[in-house]
Amino acid sequence: MRKATELFSLALIALSLTIGTAWAANQPQQKILANGLKVIVKEDHRAPVVVSQVWYRAGSMDERNGSTGVAHVLEHMMFKGTRAVPSGNFSKQIAAAGGRENAFTNRDHTAYFQTLERSKLELALKLEADRMHNLVLSKAEFEKEIEVVRNERRWRTEDQPHGKVYEQFNATAFQSHPYQWPVIGWMNDLENMRAEDARAWYDTWYAPNNAVLVVAGDVQAAQVFKLAQKYFGPLKAKKLLPRKPQEEPAQQGIKRVVVKAPAKLPYLLMGWKAPVVRDIDKDSEPFALEMLSGVLSANAAARLPTALVRESQIAVDADSGYDSVQRGPGMFLIDATPSEGKNVAELEMAIRAEIEKLKRDGISEEELNRIKAQVIAAQVYQRDSVFYQAMQIGEMESAGLHYAAIDKRIEKLKAVTVEQVRAAAKKYLIDDTLTVATLDPQPLDDKKPAAAPKGLHHGG
Amino acid sequence: MADNHYGALKMQIKKPSQIFHWLFLLTALSLLALPAQAGVKIQSWKAKSGAKVLFVENRDLPMLDVAVHFDAGSRRDAPERAGRADLVAGILQLGAGGLNEETIAKRLADVGAQMGPSFDRDRAGYSLRTLSSKREREQALDILAKVVQSPDFPEAVLQREKTRTLAALREAETKPAAIADKAFYKALYGAHPYGLPSGGEIETVAKLTREDLLRFYDNHYGAARAVVAIIGDVSRAEAEAIAEQVTGKLAEQGTCEELPKVEALTKPQVQRIAHPATQTHITIGAPGIARGDPDYFALYVGNYILGGGGFDSRILNEIRQKRGLAYSAYSYFIPLQQPGPFQLGMQTKKQDADVALQVAQETLQKYIQQGPSAAELKQAKNNIILGFPLRIDNNRKLLEYLGVIGFYNLPLSYLDDFPRQIEKVSARAIQDAFKRHVHPDKMVTVMVGAPE
Repeated sequence: MRKATELFSLALIALSLTIGTAWAANQPQQKILANGLKVIVKEDHRAPVVVSQVWYRAGSMDERNGSTGVAHVLEHMMFKGTRAVPSGNFSKQIAAAGGRENAFTNRDHTAYFQTLERSKLELALKLEADRMHNLVLSKAEFEKEIEVVRNERRWRTEDQPHGKVYEQFNATAFQSHPYQWPVIGWMNDLENMRAEDARAWYDTWYAPNNAVLVVAGDVQAAQVFKLAQKYFGPLKAKKLLPRKPQEEPAQQGIKRVVVKAPAKLPYLLMGWKAPVVRDIDKDSEPFALEMLSGVLSANAAARLPTALVRESQIAVDADSGYDSVQRGPGMFLIDATPSEGKNVAELEMAIRAEIEKLKRDGISEEELNRIKAQVIAAQVYQRDSVFYQAMQIGEMESAGLHYAAIDKRIEKLKAVTVEQVRAAAKKYLIDDTLTVATLDPQPLDDKKPAAAPKGLHHGG
Repeated sequence: MADNHYGALKMQIKKPSQIFHWLFLLTALSLLALPAQAGVKIQSWKAKSGAKVLFVENRDLPMLDVAVHFDAGSRRDAPERAGRADLVAGILQLGAGGLNEETIAKRLADVGAQMGPSFDRDRAGYSLRTLSSKREREQALDILAKVVQSPDFPEAVLQREKTRTLAALREAETKPAAIADKAFYKALYGAHPYGLPSGGEIETVAKLTREDLLRFYDNHYGAARAVVAIIGDVSRAEAEAIAEQVTGKLAEQGTCEELPKVEALTKPQVQRIAHPATQTHITIGAPGIARGDPDYFALYVGNYILGGGGFDSRILNEIRQKRGLAYSAYSYFIPLQQPGPFQLGMQTKKQDADVALQVAQETLQKYIQQGPSAAELKQAKNNIILGFPLRIDNNRKLLEYLGVIGFYNLPLSYLDDFPRQIEKVSARAIQDAFKRHVHPDKMVTVMVGAPE
């Protein structure tokens, strides 16, 4: 059920590193090894815990058509054994040390992480260095794991109407950029993927000079650099393939797509092409767009929930989203679910009316200051999580920005004016670059879920 | 995984673009384990209002977390009013102390505070996170105090929230996971209120009135049964004042009826529910244990080995690692005030569902018959004991633990005792505990999207 609790999670926004008081955080420290591996350490001594993350600058946007999903498949295979550490043993060793671990693949990057009691960092670095260059990738292991990934796709997308809408939205909005395909890959590509595809991916992108090691927590930076040198230092750099810009051609008119899936309520997803941060010092529009998204939906008093959910009650939910930091083209999103008896066309009209109001009248200082207050507070809150601090560094770096951009971004956000927000809305929320995806709910056909089956008995 | 909240001013639309290697289905588990570390000093007292307070002073960051919980979860619902408890919890913040919902939201956002309800079968309440500086803290706490103690239940808001809830309930009826969950709890608990869908039923929510909500609030949001958890940048004296501020105006004691006992299942039951999804959602289980059960530690360690320990667990190993049948497969106990569920589950391709079910059943049976191996036990203990510091390494996690310790009357020494208790668990104790609590021949099996 999506209810009030969701507003709470939406309020978890805008997190950054430093505050200028007695509580000022340590600045990260950086060292680049001779083989190109960048090592960034963020000391935080609140708890005897350390987070280690290895970020590879290789995500689904580096894939080719026909092999979509291979970045994520390789991520799974990274747990399936090296010449030194047999399949499953990586996880076993981390678990035996009391650690937690996982990995994730995104459009821009693939990352692996462990959280451990502070004295166990060396184990994580040793294991990560090993699988950076020593992976086995056996055919037998691949055949089992690809089944897992297909099941993951069924669970994550095939049977999730909103997941399907998002997938079709991207496939429609982007005509040439690889953001057009899903991170998990098309099912047919997963059905035809071979161990050699994963091998080729690994050989191409898994190299110290295409990775960033981020360590955060109760550690001494000098000690971490020493350990990193010991384990990653001997690895050889690779000559990386040149990356093509693959710039998305300018969109010249509205695009629409409809997805049919078993559901009750329709769903509407609108997205406009938007800029992202390329030069943290010079850019300003991405920050205006971040504040714009905040004004639309960062709290329960923001515009979308106020106008659509509470006042006109045309929607049961309405939300916006915009990522200013990513490698590929940007997108400003609004999604909403119509109330019963309302349809997506009416809802789209209502959203458009809100946008027109925004362009015509702009926003108030009060609204903007409210979002700034949230940004400032979130700077403090985010320091409650060492894991998150490491995440921020990794995201910034893998997007090609320096970790110093974390603090600069906050300064930029604080400097945004109401006029900049209005100007950004006028410039970017236009029909020519708009893509609209809608869910057309289908009945579960005649095989309705059985109502309370007869003889449903409870013991006792 | 608790740390899954990145996003840089990313008011995230639910984009399934970031995908994980495997799921940490540890939410329930992490509540199970109340970990320990020397250095977390919990202070506890009874407020003048009668509320129980648990407090940890932590000056590391200029922030404050406060949570107030009540014995007002869905187990306090009556069948004909299912969904009432959830609706009450959600609506408290939508009009209180004469402030409308928009003013409440604005006052919180203006000082960068975050507040929201939490709700489960046992507990309902609110958590607040704010900066600890005076202006911010006072404005935020004033809102929390109003929301918890002086809700207005505006009629128009109630009608709208009912409409939204009904829409969500109808939507849930199309979702395999929600269908499975509802059928599972119903089959496990029958007439006991744990068997009610915690968000209610379409028919029952549609009939709820403002009177119903008010009565529920009056009966279940009393000071004597409130638990206040506080952690952060305040002194003991300030914490005392905060506890008073957020509970002092509550009625002293609501009336809570005795609930019936949870009955053990007496025979197996299988429900195969049709659904057009490509995967079958399989859930197997039975009522398990209550908080404070003497077998708790044995079952906790034992379940790590069975299905709680990810790649260390037999279930994930048999279902996923050996056969590729599912992406996630798990088991857990959810200890509640009364015996909460023991649950084992997975999602698998429809054609594989019967095989997966059989593998899961055999794995469970074998585990109960044979118990864990020495190597498995050692691995489980290592992970749980050496990993303790991870479970309490931030205020958000600690706040949750304070709430659980307070609500379930666990000893304040619980954290310190935990590693010793884990260390003491033997293979024999695990096997005995599983034999007493888990009976594979008397379990509920729900398959949604079952093969025809």
